[in-house]
Amino acid sequence: MNIQFRDRPEQAPAASVKTAIADCDIHPARAMPTELYPYLAKRWHEHLQTYGKHAYQGMMEGPPYPKAQPNASRRDAYPPEGGPQGSSLSFMQKQLLDPNNVALGVLNPLQTGQGLRNQDLAAALATAINDWQIEKWTARDSRLKGSIVVANEDGRAAAAEIRKRAGDKNFVQVLLLSRNVEPLGQRRYWPIYEAAQEIGLPVGVHAFGFGGNPITASGWPSYYIEEMVGHSQCQQTALASIVLEGVFERYPKLKMVMIEAGFGWAPSLAWRLDRNFERLHSEVPHLKRKPSEYIRDHIWWTTQPMEDPERRDHLFELIEWIGWDKLLFATDYPHWDYDDPSRVLPAGVSDANREAFYLGNAKKLYGIS
Amino acid sequence: MVRHVIAPVDELPPGTRKFLTIDERPIAIFNIKGEFFGLLNRCPHQGAALCEGPLIGLAQSSDPGEIEYTRLGEILRCPWHGWEFDIRTGQSYCDPKRFRAKAYPVNVEPGSAVVKGPYVAETLAVSVESDYVVVDL
Repeated sequence: MNIQFRDRPEQAPAASVKTAIADCDIHPARAMPTELYPYLAKRWHEHLQTYGKHAYQGMMEGPPYPKAQPNASRRDAYPPEGGPQGSSLSFMQKQLLDPNNVALGVLNPLQTGQGLRNQDLAAALATAINDWQIEKWTARDSRLKGSIVVANEDGRAAAAEIRKRAGDKNFVQVLLLSRNVEPLGQRRYWPIYEAAQEIGLPVGVHAFGFGGNPITASGWPSYYIEEMVGHSQCQQTALASIVLEGVFERYPKLKMVMIEAGFGWAPSLAWRLDRNFERLHSEVPHLKRKPSEYIRDHIWWTTQPMEDPERRDHLFELIEWIGWDKLLFATDYPHWDYDDPSRVLPAGVSDANREAFYLGNAKKLYGIS
Repeated sequence: MVRHVIAPVDELPPGTRKFLTIDERPIAIFNIKGEFFGLLNRCPHQGAALCEGPLIGLAQSSDPGEIEYTRLGEILRCPWHGWEFDIRTGQSYCDPKRFRAKAYPVNVEPGSAVVKGPYVAETLAVSVESDYVVVDL
């Protein structure tokens, strides 16, 4: 008879991963809005206090739909020192990076003010958030790498910010969001792709954003669950636009990452594009190859949300089409739909594919040795 | 089955929960309106610390437009993905056939029973006047 317990223990993280992994979608947060002030000119402090930020749509406060958990985040991810989930480096190290053996963590800051009506403010905020990523995160933990946030609706300002960061090893990609004023293949965004190709970084397109358009193609839905599935619809629109406008013909070395919008829809979108391309080729004569070929060559996919069909062979068939060399593991920490690395991949994957999935593909794409 | 004495009842008033590690297992004990429940503090879906989630009610609908919200405070919502479990049984409301949170029976025993054993509380100063929360593992 042995009766023992510890009172309110430090519970070990449920997952402990033996081999090193990359986490290609981590969301760092500001502990408070003024945390960016040291990186912003005084003029913008006063502007923000007087006028605030104006997005392309209503909803002055918060995101378009309330999220499933506070700050759309895990309830166990509040830092002990206070502040919102994702705002503490030391707690992120303790809860995410160390126990999961994360060798490379790619930061994707959200709600940064990328798409604001005041384009000068958007550009100033983008520069500030990039400086903040270096000082608060990447300079303090070499495992973390930033994404260059840009004022996406102003191609010229965005390209200038990208070129300013050329060769800076703190950054591994350029970050766009999926909801924009226009579909992402449109010409106003081309300077972003040109600059990204020039400095040799992939462009990540993360679900979300404030583009001013309804979040589905037929208007504003009733439920948050509809927004969640709407992300993949929006990403399909963006991808079709990028391919059909000839972005990859114009920028043949450009690589793109579809972040947090699933990948199960990729084959069917590509098949439909190819079928229509056979018949409507003369409308888009600037395309020299089938749409599916551009997609397979130029697009990488992060895994969270990982498709979870009832039969794992269906998942493997999807991945066969996409390519085991194109998937990048992501947790989406600290967000509530977090994927645990020890649970996400079903059994039956070869060691080589498993290593590529968890680490190899990301290191190659992001140029991490 | 081994019985573990957790705490005097007074230390776990209604609406509170207590986290423990017993035989290397993370466990949480809940007092809901005077009834005690124990669950393994690990979500069967992806392993989150399940019992850190909020206690909510059960939203059910017999027909579209008809919503019934019952059993307030008896449904545990996982802090990660929001999966819902019945705190009384561990049953999942998301996928009852595949997933179930491990539930442990929790009882209240008088101090005299705890002292006389066979259940000896090694880490508590047991006073026979009190009642104790006891979990079967």
